[in-house]
Amino acid sequence: MTTPPVTLDAAAEDAGRVRRHYARRHVMGRVGLYTLAILAALASAGPFLWSSITATKLNADLYNPQNNPFAYNQPATFDHVRFLFTETTFPTFAWNTLWVGLLVVLITLALGVPAAYSLTRLDLRGSGTLGIAIFFVYLIPPSLLFLSLTRMVVWLGLQDSTWSLVLIYPTITLPVSIWLLIGFLKALPKDVEEQAMIDGYSRGGAFLRVVVPLLFPGIVAVVVFAFTLTASEFIYALAFISPTSEKVVSTGIPTELVRGDVFHWQSLQASNIVIAVPIALIFNLFLARFIAGFTMGAVKG
Amino acid sequence: MADVAHRTRLVDRDGVLGWMFLAPTVVYVIALVAVPFGLAIAFAFSDVTSGDPTYDWAGLENFRRVFDDPVFWQSLWNTLVFTTVSMFFIVLFGKILANILVADFRGKWVVRFLVLLPWTTPVALSSVSWLWLLHSIYSPIDWVLRELGLIETNLYWLGRPNLAMASVIAVHVWRLVPLAAVIMMVGLLSIPRDMDEAARIDGAGYWRRMFEVTIPLTFPLIAVAALFGAIFTFTDMAVVYILTRGGPNNATQVLASWSFLRGIGGGDIGQGAVIALFLFPLLLIAAVLILRAVRRMETL
Repeated sequence: MTTPPVTLDAAAEDAGRVRRHYARRHVMGRVGLYTLAILAALASAGPFLWSSITATKLNADLYNPQNNPFAYNQPATFDHVRFLFTETTFPTFAWNTLWVGLLVVLITLALGVPAAYSLTRLDLRGSGTLGIAIFFVYLIPPSLLFLSLTRMVVWLGLQDSTWSLVLIYPTITLPVSIWLLIGFLKALPKDVEEQAMIDGYSRGGAFLRVVVPLLFPGIVAVVVFAFTLTASEFIYALAFISPTSEKVVSTGIPTELVRGDVFHWQSLQASNIVIAVPIALIFNLFLARFIAGFTMGAVKG
Repeated sequence: MADVAHRTRLVDRDGVLGWMFLAPTVVYVIALVAVPFGLAIAFAFSDVTSGDPTYDWAGLENFRRVFDDPVFWQSLWNTLVFTTVSMFFIVLFGKILANILVADFRGKWVVRFLVLLPWTTPVALSSVSWLWLLHSIYSPIDWVLRELGLIETNLYWLGRPNLAMASVIAVHVWRLVPLAAVIMMVGLLSIPRDMDEAARIDGAGYWRRMFEVTIPLTFPLIAVAALFGAIFTFTDMAVVYILTRGGPNNATQVLASWSFLRGIGGGDIGQGAVIALFLFPLLLIAAVLILRAVRRMETL
């Protein structure tokens, strides 16, 4: 009579112990996870955090090695940020980066979307080889080509002009964009355009009216990715262009905001934040899509 | 019959359309990647300088002068050291970061944003930030070490050969870990759920699952991340150029920066081309290895 409850109790106690054991492991796992996540965030973003403190410090506060560099020892000031926008050529650099980036993105899409479509859908002979060739092009770094491209830019009369970057930057953006677009196209069912062609569209019409609109999310992702690449480029911009007014952010800031031994440190740090935060924010919005694009491009054969 | 004729015409048109769609890209890439690549090789055998750009055959003269220069050998060695050490840490931290980023937790969006910052920020700008973090007098790293009583005087991060190397490597690692993490995330997300769950039901703990399921399954993408990290490290010159200009005393000079200083700074395009060409064999090996890893991924 009394046996069943006892075993039940024992079983319940056992289950409780197991549950507590797993619960404890779970809690420890969570604590570990949060600790690691916070550490990773600090290690990555620490320099930026610290940049933003530095950018708003008074000279007297900043240039005292005894002062705590992580806190304001004197009131904060926005003078150096104002200086960056009004007294330096930073707005010109930012504007150049913006319009170069946008034009490069347009060229990349105009060439890349049809090329990716052709490689995935039109069954050309040798398209597999071409796909691999494009991947190799992506791996050819600027440090291998900058000398000859500098000569070519001179021959074309584009030296010291921001337009040289518009011409050359698609060499960087195009291969990786085609790769991403191939991924997005593979995820798009073939029936869509076949149905459109049965409905009377030509292949080209189906591409423009059906495929491109459906590809739009992928195209937006490519825009962000390509723009980030152009904004980060350094070697070509440094090799091609020397006049201040033609420079872009990545070459203008390290060369023009440093005058001999005089570094406008606060303004330099401010420029870093002003450029870094918007790019990272937009990039983050599209991260899942980049991952999807690369996965589909690489894995689905 | 009519149907068949229609279909062949359509296929024909597809072929034409296909080449029309591809032609602009192919022409562009040939003109601005293949041609300059050929030119780079041609320049290596010439006496072209920025002052006198006429092409004269110079045979192996540039190679001889480059090989006679101890700075070249130092750069080659530094490039190899930077690449190997960076690659190791990029993969290690990238793997940890990828595992954090695929987990579910509160505030994930913020963490992801902060963690991506080093990679999405133009490298020249973040390097300038680091220049200040490693400043000889005002470095906050030195300040912390001083406060902790670990050092008496500042370390002069960028002024001493070994510390300068360590600094350049640290900045490379810091900048490329997010990229490696994102690539490895792709791998982690592509593992079939049931496989992980099967191992879990069979009683495999976290570490066992990590080393016997996750890592073997995602190995191709770990390899891809490692090789991308390597390529971006050994072909980059922005970090070196901004932090040290190759100094002190060429202790941090790498092939890319040395080629730039010779070819653009010194105007000796022939020598610059020779130095840059030494990047190519390394690149080719990396590219072939990446492709093989991707192939393995496809057959999975």
